[in-house]
Amino acid sequence: MWPFPKKKQLEFPDFWWAYEEHFKHPLPELIKDNTFIVLDTETTGFNLTKDRILCIGALKLKDNNIVVKDSFEVYIEQEHYDVGSAEIHGILKKSKRNRTSELEALKQFLVYIENQVLVGHHVMFDVNMVNAALKRNGLPKLKNENLDTESLYKRTLLISTVVQKKDRYTLDDLAQKFSISRKDRHTALGDAFITAIAFLRTVEKLKPKKIKDLIRKQGPLRFGL
Amino acid sequence: MKNTISERVADFLKNYPPFNSLDNKQLDELSLQVTIIHKESNSVVFSEKEEPHAYFYVVNKGAIALTKKGSSQILDICDEGDVFGLRPLLAQESYKLEAKAYEETILYAVPIKDFKPLALENKRVGNFLIESFASNTRNPYSIKHRGKLYGVTANTTENNPSTKILDLQPVRYSTDLVTCTEGTKIKTVATTMAKHNVSSILVLNGDLPLGIITDKDLRQKVATGLFPITGSAKSIMSSPVITYPKELTVAQAQMAMMKSNISHLVLTEDGTADAKAVGILSKHDVMLALGNNPAVLLRAIKRATDSKRLRSIRHGIMTLLQGYLEQNIPIGLVSKIISELNDASTKRIIEITLDSMEVKPPVNFTWLTLGSQGRGEQLLNTDQDNAILFEDVPEEKLEETRTYFLELGSKISQELNTVGFEYCPADMMASNPSWCHSLSEWKDVTSHWINNPGPEEILLSSIFFDYNVTYGSKALADELSHSIFDHARRYPQFLTHLASGAMQNPSPSGFFRDFLVEQDGEHKDFFDLKLRALMPIIDAARVLILSHSIKSINNTAERYEKLAELEPNNRELFLACSYASKALLKFRTRQGLLHNDSGRFIALDQLNKEEKIKLKRTFKTIKEIQSLIEIRFQVKNLLR
Repeated sequence: MWPFPKKKQLEFPDFWWAYEEHFKHPLPELIKDNTFIVLDTETTGFNLTKDRILCIGALKLKDNNIVVKDSFEVYIEQEHYDVGSAEIHGILKKSKRNRTSELEALKQFLVYIENQVLVGHHVMFDVNMVNAALKRNGLPKLKNENLDTESLYKRTLLISTVVQKKDRYTLDDLAQKFSISRKDRHTALGDAFITAIAFLRTVEKLKPKKIKDLIRKQGPLRFGL
Repeated sequence: MKNTISERVADFLKNYPPFNSLDNKQLDELSLQVTIIHKESNSVVFSEKEEPHAYFYVVNKGAIALTKKGSSQILDICDEGDVFGLRPLLAQESYKLEAKAYEETILYAVPIKDFKPLALENKRVGNFLIESFASNTRNPYSIKHRGKLYGVTANTTENNPSTKILDLQPVRYSTDLVTCTEGTKIKTVATTMAKHNVSSILVLNGDLPLGIITDKDLRQKVATGLFPITGSAKSIMSSPVITYPKELTVAQAQMAMMKSNISHLVLTEDGTADAKAVGILSKHDVMLALGNNPAVLLRAIKRATDSKRLRSIRHGIMTLLQGYLEQNIPIGLVSKIISELNDASTKRIIEITLDSMEVKPPVNFTWLTLGSQGRGEQLLNTDQDNAILFEDVPEEKLEETRTYFLELGSKISQELNTVGFEYCPADMMASNPSWCHSLSEWKDVTSHWINNPGPEEILLSSIFFDYNVTYGSKALADELSHSIFDHARRYPQFLTHLASGAMQNPSPSGFFRDFLVEQDGEHKDFFDLKLRALMPIIDAARVLILSHSIKSINNTAERYEKLAELEPNNRELFLACSYASKALLKFRTRQGLLHNDSGRFIALDQLNKEEKIKLKRTFKTIKEIQSLIEIRFQVKNLLR
């Protein structure tokens, strides 16, 4: 056969292929062998099409260890800018932080996360924001597994008719519950760190051995469990 | 290049030695190299004989226990900010101890290869680590270990400013001299000494001191038969006497006694033997001034003639207490000694007051101390809780008798206040008509409490039922005890109510082991040690021991020990309770001495990490004993 290169392949840059390559390897079975990417994004708002990511912070968690220097923090150049949300995250349009272009930031992020499980508080929001950014740059969606600390945390709570569970638990709620200092709240990496500690403490309570069990635990409680 | 997390790490480290000696740039760079490790409860950081890690560790949150393998005894607890696992930094040897997470813990692992250059470069850092390692204490800067580090035992006279001042204080000496003349017969000398309860007598020639006769002279020269008892004072006195001026400080007096190897100094107007003798100073007086001997203090109490004197003796008791705590003498022993001394003071006050009353008590009475003093747990000057129990008198005499005892009660309580026992804010004192009853009245009152166990009655019983006889007829109190047990047996519901009373105290810790502090009022944000920790454990002991009909043991720790004996199946829990009650008492006492108050309210931010851990450790025991009580006395069935 004539060796036509697949047309689709040509549209994506090399870093994407390198990223996809990682998914050929399955995740380790046991939790302690897995590296978790705990991430948080600061955005200009909650609208997936209109709003933009200002900053991505992430760190790696493996076998209960966080290597400080092996953390990820990238600030992205902005076109769209919302004065309102700047009050929350304090990222001004022209701050002194070194900025990178959105594409460069995504590239670095993909290199950093590989095929590891993404962990975040309300992780789907962060994942969707990243996916929206990927789409703007003509790239497909993230392929990683996700873990949401809120869902996991809810599973640690006692099921009781007396104590009414709250519907939502913010990162602040968790930080308070787990006595984590709320310093650096609303910086991406700072929030990622709080999320990481909350994640560790939650996992200790749930005590699953395997990554599959952990992913399943996010779902609502089933009968027989 | 720093990032948000490394800033966070640096922000923590900069508060603790040795990192506080690093400059910002060094700290930032070091923080970047740190690995943050989460350790589950009971997981091992490193074990004995394990190859050295490339890191040493700083505890960020939680606690690490260091143990020797095979023994469950914890050698050390490392808490927030503590450094451990330093061995590989100094020697390429395996670990000698096992480090285990005592609770869920977050560690900062500092890489040795990055840290060592800093330690070599910065002398303060290096010294800290070497000292910390060598002395086997984690924090050589802590006051507690300061002495040990340099191989000298803590010298309180050097460090403690108050003792220093005391040393230079003029010494108290006895001014009412017991004297005799050269010609006095030895037998008369001895009788005089016995009558005045003194250990020495001054032989005078007019006003001038000629010689001195001490217990020792009588023992060595007379009792041995060396001199006949019919002889005169001259034959056995030590002469000439060693005289000093009356303005003598404690330190000088000590030196003088040591120099001449004598136990008594004669003080004269100008310090020479040719002047009027004004006082005599014994070694005992010096010891008393130093306040380091319970026997001496006890004798001083028995000799005291007014409450002001007793007040200064109490200061001595406090010094003694502080000394005991510094020397880590078992708190059980300490509380025994101190409550003996407190009891003796109270007794002495009662004796003094009785003497001052115009008429003798019309009938026998018993002075009961209640609450903590009754339990023998009153180490600090806390409130006085007391009651008077007097013999039954004919109806027509009752009010008259009560009036007498009320007056006596008020006087005693006033004197006690002078000595340093605060008035009870709830007015539970013998000066209050409802705490001054005849035996049959007391029987009625207590049976009313037992039959109608409302919250108030339960509270009153829980204070009253720890009574202890301080003065007077023990038989009266015993009769009352019998009556109480009789009623308690007939109304078993009472114990359930008492148990529910023991459960009323708010919990000491919140969901994630945080201390629960007071929400409002004067002590907002303080931890109420008495209400949240001591009371539950004391109340539980009371209800359990009463359910076994035992009245003779009042002390909480001893009550638990007895319970452990009575109920072998719960032995472990009861022993843990005994330990916890001692630990909490010690804690309160330390805090009280530190802040010179009752030790009840604690500012948590002023506790060091070790103290916090210790405190928290007792909470678990409290919870367990509370659930035992809840089940045993079926508190849940009670409509509250």
